[in-house]
Amino acid sequence: METLLPIFVAAVRSGTPILYATLGEILTEKAGVMNLGLEGIMLMGALSGFAASLWGGSPLIGLAAAFAVGACLGLIHAFLSVTLGSNQVVCGLAMTMFGGGASALAGRSYIGMTIPGLDSWSIPVISKLPVIGRIFFSQDIMVYASFALVFLMMFFLHRTRPGMNLRAAGDNPKAADAMGLPVAGIRYLYTVIGAGLVALGGAYMSVVYNKFWAEGMTAGRGWIAVAMVIFAIWNPLQAALGAYLFGGVETFQLRLQAAGARVPAPLLMMLPYLMTILVLLFISAGKGHKVSLSAPAALGIPFYREERE
Amino acid sequence: MAGLKFRDVGDVPLVEMKGITKRFSGVTANRDVSFSVEAGEVHALLGENGAGKSTLMNILYGLYRPDKGQIFVQGKAREFHSPKDAIAAGIGMVHQHFMLVQTHSVWENMILGMKETPFILPRKKIQDRIAEISEQYGMQIDPSAAVWQLSTGEQQRVALLRMLYRNAKVLILDEPTAVLTPQESEKLFGTIRRMTREGHGVVFISHKLKEVMSEAGRVTVLRGGLNAGTVAASKTREEALAEMMVGRKASLGLERKPMARGDSVLEAKEIHVLGDRGIKAVNGVSLCLKRYEIFGVAGVAGNGQRELCEALSGLRPLISGEISVNGARMDRESPRSFIDEGVHYIPSDRKGTGMASGMDIVNNSILKKYWSKPVAKGFFIDWGTSADYAEEIVESFGVSVSSLSTPVRNLSGGNLQKLLMGRELSGTPNAVIVMHPTWGLDVSATHYVRDQILARRESGSAILLISEDLDELMALSDRLAVMFKGEFMDVLDNPGTVPIKEIGIMMAGGHKRPRTAASKADREASR
Repeated sequence: METLLPIFVAAVRSGTPILYATLGEILTEKAGVMNLGLEGIMLMGALSGFAASLWGGSPLIGLAAAFAVGACLGLIHAFLSVTLGSNQVVCGLAMTMFGGGASALAGRSYIGMTIPGLDSWSIPVISKLPVIGRIFFSQDIMVYASFALVFLMMFFLHRTRPGMNLRAAGDNPKAADAMGLPVAGIRYLYTVIGAGLVALGGAYMSVVYNKFWAEGMTAGRGWIAVAMVIFAIWNPLQAALGAYLFGGVETFQLRLQAAGARVPAPLLMMLPYLMTILVLLFISAGKGHKVSLSAPAALGIPFYREERE
Repeated sequence: MAGLKFRDVGDVPLVEMKGITKRFSGVTANRDVSFSVEAGEVHALLGENGAGKSTLMNILYGLYRPDKGQIFVQGKAREFHSPKDAIAAGIGMVHQHFMLVQTHSVWENMILGMKETPFILPRKKIQDRIAEISEQYGMQIDPSAAVWQLSTGEQQRVALLRMLYRNAKVLILDEPTAVLTPQESEKLFGTIRRMTREGHGVVFISHKLKEVMSEAGRVTVLRGGLNAGTVAASKTREEALAEMMVGRKASLGLERKPMARGDSVLEAKEIHVLGDRGIKAVNGVSLCLKRYEIFGVAGVAGNGQRELCEALSGLRPLISGEISVNGARMDRESPRSFIDEGVHYIPSDRKGTGMASGMDIVNNSILKKYWSKPVAKGFFIDWGTSADYAEEIVESFGVSVSSLSTPVRNLSGGNLQKLLMGRELSGTPNAVIVMHPTWGLDVSATHYVRDQILARRESGSAILLISEDLDELMALSDRLAVMFKGEFMDVLDNPGTVPIKEIGIMMAGGHKRPRTAASKADREASR
């Protein structure tokens, strides 16, 4: 156990960026908008978070800036997909390319710099719990915030009025509209907030996890998050499970590399991604029906009222 | 929430619409239509498809905004920007497709969009209130069930209760009986009477004359977007209303010649089929389609009819059972082999399953021919031959189109169905599976389609006809099965002699008809 414990601790940290991105995407997709631009938004979040921490002198300023930048990108996506009704897959891909390119260009001067970043802070008393205390409660506040977010989102989606409205907009916008709900407004709101969360995931990598900026540093985690949404069948708690699983495999392969395993490093680095593909295969084979039941029925379909059948 | 309170406003109608005009990209859906609803009355809105009934009511419900005209609620001019405004003014609508969120529970649907609901949903309180209202109007419902698990009739009850929950004074019901069994319709009428007794005004959209005559106080007929007249139901007759609807006298009789039953073409033995959600949809159905015969299947939509059709045309795999065509086992064969064996399918989902809606008429005409001569020339398609073939269908089935290169999604419902029928019925198909052939068609197109089905019967095709319209089934079928929860409740040899009420009971899963000695003898004789 003692040798495995550090892996678990690191797994939670390594999974946190994906968790934020997955939660953000769940929120957006539940409202009926598909945002495939996660990778780009995460990169923009990572860069703006790093830059703002550097200039503002506080990691919290960095995180706030990242959220704001993500929200702005979300606003663009919402305008394209809700107001203009364009193809959401294409918009998302464009966002990915834009985020990747723009962050690389704007981030050139930050390469090689480091920031103090966000330190870990053990929660008094409960961090002394055996095993659990080490893994979950001797981390940093962003990790704790992500735990809170998981449960908040579960509660929000299923127990509150706005949460119900959100689900209605994603499942049957026509019905939501007929009951007087502002479908477009709802979709805007959760696309913006969702993208903000996605950017926080990116910022976690640059401000908390690595404390530096590098071009393309999210290394496909945005795409992993898109996959995790399906793995989680749009359930925040299962999203945490998926994110930590990815984090675990990622950490494990890093340790193997560090220990000098005689396996080519690129092969090891493939592991977390391979696992994601396998898990998705398993899901679609095993509980395809459950996926189709949980998926927001109107996901990715623009909604206009005066369209006649 | 308090109970219903109506202001006593004397003779002022609950709702009045004056001079409503609405255009959709060049098409005038309503032109200068006036309409009103009084407290305690059922006002029927009658008309053919496309006459503008739904548009008019969607305007009253705030979904569409009129280009011209005004709406008065209890004498006060009101402008509705969205359904929210209409609901606030006491107007509720139950759409044909209910507008329910399938994955939500009944109680969640009930309060959807209600601003006064607290942030954290008070589930218990809401459920109690639902129980109270359903008691008051005599509609049983389980508030915690998920909507997708409910039957169509139950879903309609949810949609109706939802409006009563919001204290709607005027209830607009858009073709509410189209999806119900006769018994469920009876129950609904009971509820409607209860509502009018309580002082509600009810707008009843329909194209079924019988119901309108028996349930409505006043009747307004729309034709081509115009108000063709408002009359008291007690002072008119069905024929007069039909004439107002169609604008001319229409003969609608069908002649089904007696024919000797021919050889069997398509046979299914104990087939079991899964539905889209992975739940068994067809549960051990056996049937045998014979030449010169129409085999009807009655039932409320969603009882496995579509899955049955898809299984019989090779589109949906069986989990067990056998299908044979002309004596050869076919249940492991591809849809194409079914087509090549002359088994044709006319689905109810014309634009989705029946046609490639973005493609033009020529392409759609050859959808089931492009791999064989003369349309296919080796690797290539002979477009000249294809166009000739499309032309032939368009001409012989009276499809009215400006050009063969029109995408089929631009065709009207009637023309689309004619094209689809033309593609599937050309030549002499061995077997034709037809689902809801007249759904959404107007009176003359309906007549045409039924006539074509009968013509195919006379030329020797075996026909499976699935419909929700009992009158249609009674008029066309030589034999009639009643389907409920994936099973045939019974197969009637002389459907014309069975009271419609009995069929209704079976449609609702009631007891199978007791087999009398006579009907048994009948059965033996017909074999």
